[in-house]
Amino acid sequence: MTTTIANRGLPAAEDIVGPTPGQQLRRRIFGHRGLMIGGSILVIMFLMAITAPYLAPHDPYFQELLARVKPPVWTTGEWKHVLGTDQLGRDYLSRIMYGAQISLLIGFAAAFISGIIGTTLGVAAGYFGGRVDMVVTFLITVRLSMPVVLVALAVVALIGGSLTVVISVLGLLLWDRYAVVMRSATMQIRQMDYVAAAKAVGCSTPRILLTEIMPNIMNNLIVVATLEMAHAILLEAALSFLGMGVQPPLPSWGLMVSEGKDYILFEAWMITIPGVALFLLVLAINLVGDGIRDVTAPENRN
Amino acid sequence: MLVYTLKRLLLALLVAMTVSAITFSLTYLAGDPAIAMAGETASDADIEYIEKLYGFDRPIVVQYFEWALNAFQGDFGQSFYFRIPVADLLLERLPVSMTLGVSAISFAILLSIPLGVLAAMRPNSLLDRLALGISVVGQAMPSFWFALVLIVMFAVWYPIFPTTGSETWVHFVLPTIVLGYYATPAIMRLTRTGMLEVLGSDYIRTARAKGLPQHIILFKHALRNAVIPVVSLAAVQFGFMLGGSIVIESIFALHGAGYLAWESIGRNDLPVVQAVVLVFSLFYIVLTFLSDLLNAWLDPRIRVG
Repeated sequence: MTTTIANRGLPAAEDIVGPTPGQQLRRRIFGHRGLMIGGSILVIMFLMAITAPYLAPHDPYFQELLARVKPPVWTTGEWKHVLGTDQLGRDYLSRIMYGAQISLLIGFAAAFISGIIGTTLGVAAGYFGGRVDMVVTFLITVRLSMPVVLVALAVVALIGGSLTVVISVLGLLLWDRYAVVMRSATMQIRQMDYVAAAKAVGCSTPRILLTEIMPNIMNNLIVVATLEMAHAILLEAALSFLGMGVQPPLPSWGLMVSEGKDYILFEAWMITIPGVALFLLVLAINLVGDGIRDVTAPENRN
Repeated sequence: MLVYTLKRLLLALLVAMTVSAITFSLTYLAGDPAIAMAGETASDADIEYIEKLYGFDRPIVVQYFEWALNAFQGDFGQSFYFRIPVADLLLERLPVSMTLGVSAISFAILLSIPLGVLAAMRPNSLLDRLALGISVVGQAMPSFWFALVLIVMFAVWYPIFPTTGSETWVHFVLPTIVLGYYATPAIMRLTRTGMLEVLGSDYIRTARAKGLPQHIILFKHALRNAVIPVVSLAAVQFGFMLGGSIVIESIFALHGAGYLAWESIGRNDLPVVQAVVLVFSLFYIVLTFLSDLLNAWLDPRIRVG
């Protein structure tokens, strides 16, 4: 058969080399505009956070009391303080760079903690069904009916605000979406033949969960993780803005907006700069999350 | 339908019980409440007196049931700060939060449903992209920052709307925009998805083939079916909004329940905080209960399955 085709001058079937799955994936990733834009911003934010101790022009805590509320360089400021200084004369650019550390740390840590809680609950509910599912669904309902901001504010205020407390509180509060998504994803995977096959071969339940279920719900997990990371970062900023989150003098972006609030009428840049930083970071994370969803499961696009 | 309603009602009651227990446990989160109230330097006799006065010396379970029973009857105890019943404070402040919530959800619906419908009519058109852009921006923008930006714009550049207070309806314009915009992306995306799905269905093709005008197809045939899931989402979003109103109310100095909760958190006025948490949670539970019922009534498959 192949010889006849070859005789006609056409390439044989085995000679036609299409793109490998890896190449296809790479093409989808690099062809996805949102993913590329979001990814680039995120990389810049990471670099900013990591290199802050080396590249920041000033100490973010050093108060230069003679140079308070200096405007950024593009208005009437000087190159010494590119983004100006705050109400205590601290360099704004340095504080923004160190603030990236706080936001990223909170985003990752809170998304990680809530991810463990939510995934455990969701996978258990989806895989075992029945009573387990009933209990988990009940827990999700209870969690959803409590107002997050209010409860987080109250708890942080009662225990006392610090980075660890904020991370733990957010981590313990934001697991609901993981549980909901993991539950329905696991329910779908449970029906698959390969899970039945693994059971028939005699695999133990933990093994089925870890080697059959988990790899197949991983892309959903990553997408939810990005959403929750963005959510946690926004919530931390809101808590710190209201004075019940990360405490001064830490350069949290939400806290910077709060401290600049008194100057908004005349020095609007004081809230614009940390606000834009927050917006860009959250936007980038959301774009990357949407991008991962599109790239790994294009059929799930709405 | 009756069985379904009863089941849902039982679940809602159970959730309410659990939520109230969690809310009550806030009292003990920061350690012994009697010591916290008496202060670090108080004598043992003072602490004992406060324990007796507020009943902290009794078993926690007894305290919880008394608290829950009283709360159920509308008695949330005394505010530590104002020295008046919490219920009176709440009654005074809740209408403001409700007004804000209702106007914000109306704003969100009025903005997002038309946008969602238009976006679904021409997928990938310029308008669709614009709607997507609005929702992407809306999800990433910190609400408190958006509020401040609006304050700068309207206080300095175009002084049309007042930026603080809650006396007249114009005071609610800016808070409504901020809070409503926050709920817009989710509702818009759901409307768009629902419309896309419905517009591709057979009965829409039939309606087109019959020669029905476009607006009748869109509004009478398509939107009615696409909007069903949106109703329950809107109910849920309304509940979330009350929770989110705490940020908005404190920025615009709207004297609602959220602002009250924020002030009370700062004053360690725990009974007020607990009451607001409980009321907001119960409100959310009632809303989801009603939207479940509405959905079951609209779609018989839910109540049977």
